[in-house]
Amino acid sequence: MMLMDWYRNDKAAVWLMAAIVITVTLLPLGNLVFPADSPLRVTAYSISLIGKYLCYALLGLSLDLVWGYCGILALGQSAFFALGGYAMGMYLMRQIGSRGVYGNPELPDFMVFLNWQELPWYWFGFNQFWFALLMIVLVPGLLAFVFGWLAFRSRVTGVYLSIITQALTYALLLAFFRNEMGFGGNNGLTDFKDILGFNVHSDGVRASLLMVTGLILIAAFLASRSVINSKLGRVVTAIRDQEMRVRFIGYRVELFKLWIFVFAAVLAGIAGALYVPQVGIINPSEFSPLNSLEIVIWVAIGGRGTLYGGIIGAILVNYAKTLLTGWLPEIWLFFLGAAFIVVTVFLPDGLIGLLQRLPKRIPIRKVKAGAA
Amino acid sequence: MIAIAPKPGEVDASHGPILYLESVSVSFDGFKALNNLSLYIDEGELRCLIGPNGAGKTTLMDVITGKTKPDTGSVFFGQTIDLLKLDEPAIAKAGIGRKFQKPTVFENLTVFENLELALATDKNVWRTLFAKLSGEQRDSIDKVLMVIGLSDHRHQIAGALSHGQKQWLEIGMLLMQEPKVMLVDEPVAGMTHQEIERTAQLLLSLQGERSVIVVEHDMEFVRSIAKRVTVLHEGSVLTEGTMDEVQNDPRVIQVYLGD
Ligand SMILES: Nc1ncnc2c1ncn2[C@@H]1O[C@H](COP(=O)(O)OP(=O)(O)OP(=O)(O)O)[C@@H](O)[C@H]1O
Ligand SMILES: [Mg+2]
Repeated sequence: MMLMDWYRNDKAAVWLMAAIVITVTLLPLGNLVFPADSPLRVTAYSISLIGKYLCYALLGLSLDLVWGYCGILALGQSAFFALGGYAMGMYLMRQIGSRGVYGNPELPDFMVFLNWQELPWYWFGFNQFWFALLMIVLVPGLLAFVFGWLAFRSRVTGVYLSIITQALTYALLLAFFRNEMGFGGNNGLTDFKDILGFNVHSDGVRASLLMVTGLILIAAFLASRSVINSKLGRVVTAIRDQEMRVRFIGYRVELFKLWIFVFAAVLAGIAGALYVPQVGIINPSEFSPLNSLEIVIWVAIGGRGTLYGGIIGAILVNYAKTLLTGWLPEIWLFFLGAAFIVVTVFLPDGLIGLLQRLPKRIPIRKVKAGAA
Repeated sequence: MIAIAPKPGEVDASHGPILYLESVSVSFDGFKALNNLSLYIDEGELRCLIGPNGAGKTTLMDVITGKTKPDTGSVFFGQTIDLLKLDEPAIAKAGIGRKFQKPTVFENLTVFENLELALATDKNVWRTLFAKLSGEQRDSIDKVLMVIGLSDHRHQIAGALSHGQKQWLEIGMLLMQEPKVMLVDEPVAGMTHQEIERTAQLLLSLQGERSVIVVEHDMEFVRSIAKRVTVLHEGSVLTEGTMDEVQNDPRVIQVYLGD
C-alpha cells in the first residue's frame, strides 16, 4: 500500500531506485554465475566501470544539492571526493602490511623509498576500518565546515565563491603532489591488496563493492530527497531565488548554506571512498580543478535542481566519456564543451527537464493529427 | 524610582516610542540619501511616510532592518535594543518585519509554502530540518490565506500570481511573522481599486496591536488610513502632522510641485 502511494507520488524516484537495484544485482550475478567463455559473462572490468559510474552519480547528486537547490556554484566538489578517497586509500595502504616491495610491515613503500623512519602521526589509526570510515566523513565534512563558515559568513557569493572553491581544490592538488606531505606525492596511493581481509581484486569483492555503492547511492538519494522535501529544503530553495528576502524573515542564510554545503561534502567524500577500491588508485589528479568543472557539466546536462539530474547526468556523461576516449580521445573535451553549451542554451532544465515536458507535448500532437 | 528591568533582548517600550531614529545619516558615494534624520514611532501607531522619489523612504527602511548601516546616528527598538548592533535575521527575530517596494516572494514555492517559511517559529537550522506544522500553525496559515484573499490559490506557485496578488502574499508573509513593527513599502502599487480598499482596511485593523509604517505615493490611499503623516525630503523630515496639515503646508506643496 505505502509503496503504491509512493509510486504514484514520485514515479521517477521509484524507477531510478529500481534501475539501480537491478543493475547492482544482475551485473554481479552475470559475473559470478556464468563461466568466463559465456557470452552472458559480465567482465570484472565492466563491474568496476559501473561501480565507478555510480560513485560519480553520488558525486553529481552532491553537487546538485549545493548548486541546483541552493544556487551555490561550488567548483571544488572534487576536493571533498578526493579527500574521502585518500582516507579510504590510507586504510587500503595499511592493509598491505609487509607485502609491499620493500616488505616493511609498518611503512607504505613510498615512505620507505623516501627514507622515512616512522609513520607520520596523521597515518595513525588508518589500519582500523572504523577509523577510516570516520575520517571519510569527518575530513571532507570539517573542511567544508571551516571553508563554508568563512565564505558564507562574509557573504561571498556568485563568481567569487566559484573562484575560491577552485582555488581550494587547486591548493590541495599542489599540496598532495608534494612528497613531504606523506600521501605518496605524484603517484598517490595504489597497489592495494585487501579490504576487510578480502582480496580487493577478487570477483566477489568487486561484486560486493558494486552492490554497496548502489545501496549507498540509493540511501543518499533518499536522504537528499527528504532533506529537499523538508522545510529546510524549502528555505534552501528560497535562498537560491531570493537570498535577501530569506534574511528579512529571520533565517540565518549563512548557516543554511553551510548545512547543505557540509552535507554535500560528506556525500562527495563517501563517493570518493567507494571509488578508490574499485579503480585501485587515488592520486592528486583527483583534485584537479577541471574535475570539479566536469561535475557541473554532468549536473547541467542531467538537469539541475531535480536530484535525478545529477545522478543521470553523471552516468550518461561518463558512459559517453568511456566510449569516446576509447575511440577518439582528442575530441572528448570538445565534445564535453559542446554538450554543455547545447544544454545551457537549448535545455536549461537538462535532460530531466526535457523528459518532464514530453508527456505534455504528445497529446497536443495527437489532437493535431486527429484534426488533420 | 523602582523600574522593572526588561529582560535583555526583549522590546521595552514602557516609557517612550517603540522605534526611534536619531540624527541618522547615510551617504552613497558622497550623496546623502538620509541627512540627519530623526523619527519616533509609538507602540501601536500607524504612520504614513510620504515624499517625492528619491526622498530616502526606502533607505530609511533599509537602515531599520539592518540592510544598510548608517554613517552616523542611532537606531533603537524600544529602550534597550540597539538595532545597529544586529544583522537582518536578528532584527527580524526581535520583531521588525518588512514588505519590499518591489514585491519579493519566493516564486518557485507555492503560496502556502511562502507563508509557511515566514511563520513565526524557531528558525534554527536543525529545527527547520525536522519542522512539522502543528494544527495550530496550519490554522494560522489558513487564517492569513483568508485575510489576504488567496485561499483558493494556496497550492499555486507564487511566481504565477498577478502583481497585486504578490503584494498581498508579501503582506501575508509579514502577518505570519507576527512582528511588533511592520514596515510596508508601497503596498498598493499595481492593485485594483477594490484591492486598495481592502489593503486600507487590513492596515487599519492592525492599529493598536502593531506599529505600522506605510510608505505610499497614492495620496488617496494615504488619506484613507493616515492619522499622522511624516513628509521626507532630501533625506530629512520636512514636516509631520495630520494629512490636512501636511497637505496645506506650503513647503510640502513646494516640494511636490516645485522645480
Ligand atoms: N545602494 C545605493 N547606492 C547608491 N545610491 C542609492 C542606493 N540606494 C539608494 N540610493 C539613492 O538614494 C536616494 C534615496 O533612495 P530611496 O530608494 O531611499 O528613495 P525613495 O524615497 O524610496 O524613492 P521612491 O519613492 O522612488 O521609492 C536615491 O537618490 C537613490 O538613487
Ligand atoms: Mg522607495
